[in-house]
Amino acid sequence: MSIKVSRRDFIKMGAGGLLGGIIVGGVPRLFTGLLNSASPVHAADGIGLEKHRWGFLCDNEKCIGCGRCVVACKKENDVPLGQQYNRTWVERYIITTDDKTFVDSPNGGYDGFQGYPPGPDVASRQVWKSFFVPKLCNQCDKPPCVTVCPVGATYKTDDGVILVDQDHCIGCRYCIQACPYGARYFLPGKRVVDKCTWCYHRINRGLIPACAEVCPVGARVFGDIDDPAGRLKQILSEKRFYVLKPELGTEPKVNYIGFEKGVY
Amino acid sequence: MEGFIYPNEGIIEWDLLIVIYPYITGLVAGAFVVSSLYHVFGLGRLKTVARFSLITALAFLLVTPLPLVVHLGRPERALEMFLTPNLTSAMSVFGYIWFFYLLILVAEVWLVFRQDIIRYARTAQGTRKTVFSVLSLGVLETTDESRSVDGKLIKVLAFIGIPVAFLLHGYVGFIFGAVKANPWWSTPLMPIIFLLSAIVSGIALLIVLYLVVSRIRRATVDHRCLHFMALWLGGFLSAAVVVEGLEVFSMLYEQEESWDIIYQLITRKIATSYFGIQFVLGSLLPLIVLGATALASIQERVKTGLIFIASSLVLIGVFAMRWNVVIGGQLISKSLRGFNDFVIPLWGLNGIITTAVIFALPFILLAVFTHFIPPWQEDGQKPERKPLGLRSSGLV
Ligand code: SF4
Ligand code: SF4
Repeated sequence: MSIKVSRRDFIKMGAGGLLGGIIVGGVPRLFTGLLNSASPVHAADGIGLEKHRWGFLCDNEKCIGCGRCVVACKKENDVPLGQQYNRTWVERYIITTDDKTFVDSPNGGYDGFQGYPPGPDVASRQVWKSFFVPKLCNQCDKPPCVTVCPVGATYKTDDGVILVDQDHCIGCRYCIQACPYGARYFLPGKRVVDKCTWCYHRINRGLIPACAEVCPVGARVFGDIDDPAGRLKQILSEKRFYVLKPELGTEPKVNYIGFEKGVY
Repeated sequence: MEGFIYPNEGIIEWDLLIVIYPYITGLVAGAFVVSSLYHVFGLGRLKTVARFSLITALAFLLVTPLPLVVHLGRPERALEMFLTPNLTSAMSVFGYIWFFYLLILVAEVWLVFRQDIIRYARTAQGTRKTVFSVLSLGVLETTDESRSVDGKLIKVLAFIGIPVAFLLHGYVGFIFGAVKANPWWSTPLMPIIFLLSAIVSGIALLIVLYLVVSRIRRATVDHRCLHFMALWLGGFLSAAVVVEGLEVFSMLYEQEESWDIIYQLITRKIATSYFGIQFVLGSLLPLIVLGATALASIQERVKTGLIFIASSLVLIGVFAMRWNVVIGGQLISKSLRGFNDFVIPLWGLNGIITTAVIFALPFILLAVFTHFIPPWQEDGQKPERKPLGLRSSGLV
């Protein structure tokens, strides 16, 4: 008999310890969470954040590949300089007469696209057409990056923007693997993941994202999809548009004008 | 770099540490299956290695989280996985399964070795006595009744342990298989592939360890047991090869948009590690050798040697498989237009040295375990205490 009791006690003790650990660790967090959610947050226009449904539009037919958006983004968001760190970037597509597609994005388009041709393959061919495609986080409506984050550091705000809580991210980089668009990167210093937020700090103050602000040709349009009078909705109602990799079911919220086969 | 990759893709984020993580996990699952074949299904021929395989599973399971934690950007936040889990994430659920499995395994090991622990607690001296007394949880009396209760509990635990071990490793496969962004990973077959190769690698590891340890202990090899393990190895290996082949065959047959880049991946980028090591060296060759040892009449000594070689090859092959999945998948750009490069660093936290040290840990743990509680139960005689060590091996 004594054996059974001691075994049961042992299990009880273990379970109790585990529970205690969770409570001690979890309760303070619960408290701060409650406190934060108690005060409603408002956007600059006085509308509650959750009332917005932000959307984005890139017009491939307008983009001239100047790269000012990339520069502005790196400044605005303290993005490290260097090829592998981009919240937004610009790709150049060159389609040659023999139906081959060549893509490049030197330094993410930070310095513009001055060098031509990008490689010997292109030099030996006849260019048929060429265009630029700006890229950024799609703030997917069904974001795989949020699904896979083991600690919930990547989350969706009420107004549909996907953010990374860098004070909580453990740096496992699962989200980098899960994002089909290559929108995420590992921040060397902080050793956590970073990505485009559509300048969340700006849009809450009634400003537009830095990249859209500086684009000289209006190739980037930001706005509220639910605002029928807004410029975004206006353009979307007039034009045919598409999204990147729709077959993956991520429901991206960056819309593109100027569809071309082979752009993903 | 070759062709076009998204600018952010320039760095391979899941490196060598993430290659050995599923490798080590797989060895756990495989070793556990062997012990369960004995404890649950009563395959008596495996008696010789049954207890050994159990503590092998434990030694490797304890090390499983280490490569993951070392790989984290912020290892100090690792416990957040348990405290603030996001249950839609395969990775966070893995933490819980791992923990649950650890409980089962520790309990089972304790019950299986209980009689030994009690005996040592009674007979040993000094610190050893304290260690064993603590391990015995203060219960030094057992009756026939309690022993039979223990026996039943072992069975139950070993029984629950099987699906959990499968879950544990199937889940590792799911971590990769559920990434729809990556055409080389995203297949529902992934958990099954990982599971089969896990069992294969675990049995192979046991064979290798058993032969090496027998040599060191100067114990005679139990050939019936060895052949039996080799038979199971061959069986699981054939299944694994078929499913792995099926995966690529269906990709080839369906010819989806991504096939072009996958074709280039396996024929150019990872051709050696994929066809050369994973398939030929690590699967076909061992299958032939194992087949030969099972069918042909060869001298026992030679047979043992052949089984040893086949098992070692299998271990290498399964490692190559992990590499081909983890690294291979990241070599492909998600733009499907180019390839990344990967150079393994020697130094640093994600380098070869660290990885090798981590991989050595379970073996060290195992040596310590077998030293304190020798798992051997040679027929007809009581478990003997022959500590591992250079002196006892007769090498010095
Ligand atoms: S684009 Fe990538 S990072 Fe952005 S929300 Fe979609 S999956 Fe997440
Ligand atoms: S790297 Fe950070 S944000 Fe990304 S999945 Fe891991 S914990 Fe979540």
